[in-house]
Amino acid sequence: MTTASAKKGAEGRATRSDVLIRFSKVVKVLGGRRVLDGLDLEVRRGEALVVMGPSGTGKSVTLRHVVGLMQADSGTVEVDGHDMATIGGRELSELRRRIGYLFQDGALINWLDVGENVALPLRENTKLSDSEIRERVAQRLELVRLPGIESKMPSELSGGMRKRVGLARALVTDPEIILYDEPNAGLDPQTSQAINTIIRDLQDRLDITSVVVTHLLSCVRTVADRCVLLDKGSIVVDLPKDEFLRSDDARLREFLGKDPD
Amino acid sequence: MIKAFRETCDLLGYELLLLAQAVVRLPHLWRRRVAALDQLFSAGVGVVHVILFVGLFAGMILTLQTGVELARFGQQDQIGTIVSLSMAREMGPFITGIILAATSGSALAAELGTMKVSDELAALEILSVDRVDFLVMPRVVALAIACPLLTVLCDAVGICGGALVSSSQLGVETQLYFDSAVEALKTPDSFLTLPKDVYTGLFKSFVFGLIIASVACSCGIRTSGGAVGVGGSTRRAVRDSIVLIIVSNYFLTYFFYSFLPDLG
Repeated sequence: MTTASAKKGAEGRATRSDVLIRFSKVVKVLGGRRVLDGLDLEVRRGEALVVMGPSGTGKSVTLRHVVGLMQADSGTVEVDGHDMATIGGRELSELRRRIGYLFQDGALINWLDVGENVALPLRENTKLSDSEIRERVAQRLELVRLPGIESKMPSELSGGMRKRVGLARALVTDPEIILYDEPNAGLDPQTSQAINTIIRDLQDRLDITSVVVTHLLSCVRTVADRCVLLDKGSIVVDLPKDEFLRSDDARLREFLGKDPD
Repeated sequence: MIKAFRETCDLLGYELLLLAQAVVRLPHLWRRRVAALDQLFSAGVGVVHVILFVGLFAGMILTLQTGVELARFGQQDQIGTIVSLSMAREMGPFITGIILAATSGSALAAELGTMKVSDELAALEILSVDRVDFLVMPRVVALAIACPLLTVLCDAVGICGGALVSSSQLGVETQLYFDSAVEALKTPDSFLTLPKDVYTGLFKSFVFGLIIASVACSCGIRTSGGAVGVGGSTRRAVRDSIVLIIVSNYFLTYFFYSFLPDLG
């Protein structure tokens, strides 16, 4: 972080125990390109952090490091005190159970119906009875405003519904952290805003930590407590939401000038 | 050249590892029975008509080609023996393996490849779902069962196809043809009720089923690069399966002739 606004975001840093996710000088090279270039980022417990940035600046790659789908080439990624470079096996599985991840198109298993998709982590990793699982699935679908669609197949759902079912699946294990990878991508403005409202609602009701990767300012307005702008693999702006929206940082203004909102 | 060799070794190693991991998870088969039966249905029932057609015509071609030569020496009565042994030992398992590699193997690689590029495999990983247990093991079991079952069918229709040609083209009575076919496959002193020619052929096809499933799953799981990557994985799965079927077929045949010499 080199800009004044980024430094301002670092002011009043939370104590170490308040930080749930920490990136320290993380470098990731993919296809010969430095996608993450010395990334420093902290996510505090209970906050909703929105990560913005142009395409190809490493937003999704950042999320994938949090769940161990990718490993940093150098630097460290810590999640609740666990170094993601050294964690493995059972410990990693247990950490992942505390994290929900919403993929861009929901990543639903195509041959399972909605109910089975949402129930999947419970059936695979818990000893809950069928009735308990059914009850919890129904509750989570209710939470994402899709009650009673358990028997539908993923192919029968719209893009927005697929994302919400993916969110219900991410929520079914009561995670402490939810990572959203472009939750509004490819959706019409109305559905996009509905998703934003659900994310904020969950944040307030469930007291979870959220990291949202998005291109849309509407998402920032509805969801964020804090926003960062990622450019060329590092954070260039890190501000609370209101200051982020008012900021006159040149890179931020240039990026927001292209915002489809 | 060295890079290609290294990549081939890497892929072969991964296929063997995946197969071993699937075998280790066999005790979970009861839990995955629905998935395994689904796969067995799509891999097996879905290609029955192809096996019937190809097996029938393979038997007919074999009978015609061999029968014409036998007729020159007045030995066309032996055609039932030759066709039944050829189908049971070689043609049945081989034809079934190739058909399954081209149909079920390619479908399997495309399915898993699509899951990979659409982040479904990543989702399973994050959900702490063991993808070998959830995806690979049921498919390996299904193909290891489907391949021998379809081979029996292929053998049977091939021998029947031979009967059609031998009676119509070679003038060999159907009863005589079937008598010599059954006689050739009889092993009265065997401790197994199945004739050796049949169960060695079935063992081959069991191995072919394992090869097709593990190659297809490996290629699917290692897919990268979107739709083009899925196409590449599918092509690689079919190509590698066919090559491995042919290579392993030679070694299995060598093994049977060396260690079960009464087959020769």
